[in-house]
Amino acid sequence: MFESLSNKFSEVFGALRNKGRITESDIDDAAGELRTALLEADVALSVVETFVQRVKEKSLTALPELRKSTNQSQEIYSIINAELIEILGGAARRIRFAKNPPTVIMLAGLQGSGKTTLAGKLASYLKEDGNTPLLVAADLQRPNAVTQLCVLAESLKLPVFAPEPGNGVGDPVKVSRDAINFAKEKLHNVVIIDTAGRLGIDEELMKQARDIKAAVNPDETLFVVDAMIGQDAVRTAQAFESGVGFDAVVLTKLDGDAKGGAALSIAEMSGKPILFVSNGEKLSDFDYFYPDRMASRILGMGDIQTLAEQAKKAIDGESAKRLEEKFVSGEEFTLEDFLEQLQAMKKMGSMTKLLGMLPGANNAAMKKQIDSLDDNELVRTQAIVQSMTREERQNPKLLNGSRRARIAKGSGRTVTEVNSLVDRFSAAQKMMKQMRTGGGMPKGMALPPGMSLPAGVPTGIGGGKPQSPKKKSRSGNPAKRAAQEGR
Amino acid sequence: MGLFGSFLSKFSRNRASLEDIEEFRKILIESDIGATTAEEIVDLVKKEKSENLEAAITERIKSFLSTDSRELKLQAGGLTTVLVVGVNGTGKTTSTAKLANLLKTSGKKVLLVAADTFRAAAVDQLITWGQRIGVDVVRGAEYSDPAAVCFDGATKAKNEGYDVLLIDTAGRLHTKSNLMDELGKVRRVIEKVTPVNEVLFVLDGTTGQNGIAQARVFSESVSLTGMIVTKIDGSTKGGIALATERELALPLKYVGVGEGVADLKAFDPDPYISELLS
Repeated sequence: MFESLSNKFSEVFGALRNKGRITESDIDDAAGELRTALLEADVALSVVETFVQRVKEKSLTALPELRKSTNQSQEIYSIINAELIEILGGAARRIRFAKNPPTVIMLAGLQGSGKTTLAGKLASYLKEDGNTPLLVAADLQRPNAVTQLCVLAESLKLPVFAPEPGNGVGDPVKVSRDAINFAKEKLHNVVIIDTAGRLGIDEELMKQARDIKAAVNPDETLFVVDAMIGQDAVRTAQAFESGVGFDAVVLTKLDGDAKGGAALSIAEMSGKPILFVSNGEKLSDFDYFYPDRMASRILGMGDIQTLAEQAKKAIDGESAKRLEEKFVSGEEFTLEDFLEQLQAMKKMGSMTKLLGMLPGANNAAMKKQIDSLDDNELVRTQAIVQSMTREERQNPKLLNGSRRARIAKGSGRTVTEVNSLVDRFSAAQKMMKQMRTGGGMPKGMALPPGMSLPAGVPTGIGGGKPQSPKKKSRSGNPAKRAAQEGR
Repeated sequence: MGLFGSFLSKFSRNRASLEDIEEFRKILIESDIGATTAEEIVDLVKKEKSENLEAAITERIKSFLSTDSRELKLQAGGLTTVLVVGVNGTGKTTSTAKLANLLKTSGKKVLLVAADTFRAAAVDQLITWGQRIGVDVVRGAEYSDPAAVCFDGATKAKNEGYDVLLIDTAGRLHTKSNLMDELGKVRRVIEKVTPVNEVLFVLDGTTGQNGIAQARVFSESVSLTGMIVTKIDGSTKGGIALATERELALPLKYVGVGEGVADLKAFDPDPYISELLS
């Protein structure tokens, strides 16, 4: 996401980097580029103007200082970064729970912004945190919105309060009010109300949302907005603010490309924080919004923090520690360890998405590589490794022709694929040995797909300490280094 | 008052001031027409004499538009197959139902196929619509292969003498290449039974510049023949439809203007442009 924006930023700073000494007109040029880039990213015009103006002023004020600096473009970079973080809402906010449960969360937004799906994601997220959420089907407008929520709830094994069939039948205000009583009775500590989508100008539906709000007095009213929205974002946000009033924003469909303008626009214009982002079709593709991470993502610095967190979540502490010890002690890295990592990788989610968080992932060459990655490759590789016996995994040297044929049969792949996996594995093994002895990665060595990241997981990511994206040192993680060198 | 009207009246009285032009640029950009196109029109306004201005803008906007027919391509004396595609939440299911209603009203025997087997209850949504407008719906099981459902639908439509086969597909983000491939497969499978006459791309009128990227990727995987722009009923100017049509020469065929089943209008560029300029 945000890729065209960060591409443009890289271009601007590439030009500055080659200059050496920044002049006022350089800053003007960069500001002009910034303006077009932001407009192309659908940032609202007025927000663009203020943003560019502020960055320009700050850069000009800092110019005497800047000239003394050894890395001028980096300084301007930091100015823009700081400005972005500020607009995106400063420090990350958490959901506000009510003193006396249940905490009531109401979702409102335009049609098709993804409210119902989000309701499911939010509920499962809160459930994982130890809450007992109740979903409330108060979208009685859209055909089968109620059914959709019920199906979602069932697949998540979550309770849903849906007394009315919907499709225009039933009173959403009454449903919402009854839901609160139901939740109190059944001791649900969070109530999530899914309301009907509405257009900013539809006064009747706006009033309905207001009535629901008045009836249940929510602790959080969340404005759900499609990240692909254009210049209308601000008007829509204003219409909802004056029509219903909201406390925070949720951005959906962030897994597409070239957008995010809405995030900047709405945050700046409404002054409301962005609380969550939803970035995929799976119910787990959902997280709190981190302004600093988003800013560095906009600037093409990658999102190492999220990556590290996801890695931590997926690899349990025990096995990460064991792998790390193994790595340090110089013990052989076996296919058994590799399998464990593959499984952890699968828990972390799609490989393309993970790699997209790396610094430089928006760089054209890197992007091509990422796009050509096939997530199913992981499954296939796993099938091959799982078709090996324990001994074979411990000692790949055992793998003679007949064993390989058996493995191919067992995994439903070809012998060629088995061969290439074994080859890539021994190459990776060798590489790790070299890295351990301080030899660094052999120059020009291509990273085998499906092998690159897993082999690196324990060294950089699973090891716990996230690397600072700004650090100039060469990363110990081969995948990350490829990203850095690819920049 | 149309988009450009108040400014044109200013320009025709006397020379526009710098602030006027700035304001005009703002309105253009805020319509999601795209920064480049906006600058082009602003340049035109700066150059052109005031009495020719309206004609010049009309001509320029017309030059952005596709010259392809905006009529739905109907198969003469046989089955017309229409595939409806787009990203999530743009209003595909609703638009499909509206289109079915429009065709039914004009005397066609329509068969709907609920090929969105992914989103929870999407199939039920289309079935509810089918009941409302009195059109048959072919459905598959949830999470079943959409291509298989389409195959069944196409076979039924062909064998039972339907005039139009309308297929509602699952919303998919254009960045998901596996889902785009799936769409390509859906098309190929249908074409084993009957040719696909139209592939309509549903574009959310509130979308920003990303709309062009969406349409481009969809066009690559299923070669689009037209567009439906939705949610045009209020503050939204839907300039992205114009921008997309210009970029991809993809004719806008229908406009969704409201929540009722009859709120789908065939797009006619002439009144649209004169409204912009009024």
